[in-house]
Amino acid sequence: MKITLSHITKQFAQTTAVSDFTAEIESGHLIALLGPSGCGKSTMLNMISGILPVTSGQILFDDNDVTDLSANRRGVGLVFQNYALYPHMTVMQNICFPLELQKVAKAERMERAMAMAKLVHVEELIDRKPSQLSGGQQQRVAIARALVKNPNVLLLDEPLSNLDARLRIEMREEIRRIQQETKITTIFVTHDQEEAMSISDKIVLMKLGVLQQMDVPQNLYDSPANCFVADFLGNPPINKTTGVVKDGGIQLDNGPLVHDDRFTNLKDGQRVTLSIRAEAATVTNENGNVDCVVDTTYIMGKESLAYVKLGDQRIRIYIPADHEFGEGSTLHLKLGKRGVFVFDETSGDRLI
Amino acid sequence: MQTKHKVNISISTIVIYVLLSLGALVMVFPFYWMITGAFKTAVQIQMFPPLWIPTSFALDNFQTALSMAPFATYFMNSVIAMIGCVSCCSFTTILGAFAFSRLDFPGKNIVFGLLLGLMMVPFEMIVITNYRTIIDLGVYNTIFALIVPFTSSIFYMYILKGFFDSVPTSLYYAAKIDGCSDWKYLWKVMVPLAKPSLVTIILLNAIATWNSFLWPMLAVSDPSVRTLPFGLYAFVSEGGAHTELMMAASTMIVVPMIILFMFARKQIVNGVARGGLKG
Repeated sequence: MKITLSHITKQFAQTTAVSDFTAEIESGHLIALLGPSGCGKSTMLNMISGILPVTSGQILFDDNDVTDLSANRRGVGLVFQNYALYPHMTVMQNICFPLELQKVAKAERMERAMAMAKLVHVEELIDRKPSQLSGGQQQRVAIARALVKNPNVLLLDEPLSNLDARLRIEMREEIRRIQQETKITTIFVTHDQEEAMSISDKIVLMKLGVLQQMDVPQNLYDSPANCFVADFLGNPPINKTTGVVKDGGIQLDNGPLVHDDRFTNLKDGQRVTLSIRAEAATVTNENGNVDCVVDTTYIMGKESLAYVKLGDQRIRIYIPADHEFGEGSTLHLKLGKRGVFVFDETSGDRLI
Repeated sequence: MQTKHKVNISISTIVIYVLLSLGALVMVFPFYWMITGAFKTAVQIQMFPPLWIPTSFALDNFQTALSMAPFATYFMNSVIAMIGCVSCCSFTTILGAFAFSRLDFPGKNIVFGLLLGLMMVPFEMIVITNYRTIIDLGVYNTIFALIVPFTSSIFYMYILKGFFDSVPTSLYYAAKIDGCSDWKYLWKVMVPLAKPSLVTIILLNAIATWNSFLWPMLAVSDPSVRTLPFGLYAFVSEGGAHTELMMAASTMIVVPMIILFMFARKQIVNGVARGGLKG
């Protein structure tokens, strides 16, 4: 089921939670709604599910306008952050509940619920109550309950945030597997970039209710639309330096001039943010793009993470472990083809 | 280890237990006096110093009491009134609590505030209004007169709303997504979850109805619709002061409540402790 969101706006009294959000989600895709807390991603999910009405805009499932349809008639499955299993029902009863409401005959109900329990690997636990399950098991049951009525869309609200680190990796692969097996269009909300990058077909990155960029994960990383996207993705976080365009290079504030062929088209005198991913700068013996002074280094085994100074501005780079650079030694840095971006300092728009 | 445990029983524990035992004795004594009184003769019950242990356990007094007033009818009336009140009241309580807890309607908080304000009006003050109501409804001196004024309770609604409020909202939305209407959500999710609270409410309500005296005395006069407490009172005033018969009748009246209490003791105590309810 293809989902079209056009010009969605949601207002709560004085605050705008989502503003003019337009996106198209292809059928069978796994989409991550990514953004910092309070960016409106959960609000967006709740509007797609029908729990929250939209203030303006349109939601289409394929070609059907579902904007004014109530939650119980949209045919969506939703997994809540706290799973929201019915505490007084067993796992089996929980999974059966949506079918019971649809008045599906008991035999068929049990059969479909059992099939779902098997899909999410909880068939051993069907007689237990939710309180007797671990977080990961509850999560699986919640997914089974959401999927049992064959929904058009599966929505997951921060599905992994209540799990411990190891289980989180296991469950995110599970979600991917279940999604691949059922081919259901899936949207999940997360604030964890790694989670979003690792399993989604496309990432929708939001900030303060505004869509920043929607693309496949690698493109989001390699080609951010603006400074926020570049900042948000990547670990360690991207290095940000500020400066002004001068003579076809960038004169860093209280720092050296950075030369690069790419910078020649920039307008002289424009204030810019030069963002460099840690892995984009390499140490070279020849003349590089800029010289820097080593501040501190942290040995990490296969390489070292070094803080180096460009004048007053500090950036993180990786240096080979077999080199020994003492504090205060000068390095020539070469900027790679990938991972170097120039943004307008005020608007954050990408220039290069 | 064993001896160490025994040594650890401190003076304060002993004092606490002595005080609690005294309290229990004070509470239990009237019951003891009532039950033993039911087995004494008219002479024995007036003896001084009192006769602590009855000399015979014959059931004569019970038989005499039963023959002197239609206690079986009173008992049936009490049961009918109790079932009527409790079932109607529980139903309206559930609906009201759900509406105030989960639904959005204009003026919700104002209405709820007004209802809470009404809780401060003592029952004795609205007796006249209630009396007018049952006269106008034409149910005076019928069993309905005992039920109509007690078909809803703000107090129980308030207690249940408190529980409903504690159920996470996500459960409501999950049910909505599963295709559940408000009505089904209430009966399939909320009510089963609220079972402990509901049982407490029902028990307290049942006890209150069973023991209620003032209203039945005002609303009915005919012996055929009297309830037990009022019937007992009438028995005393109409039959003269036969203390031993009164004790026998009283014993018979409290027995159902004592049985109920023994079975549901844990529920009642839990409910009172958790909700800070009054009995």
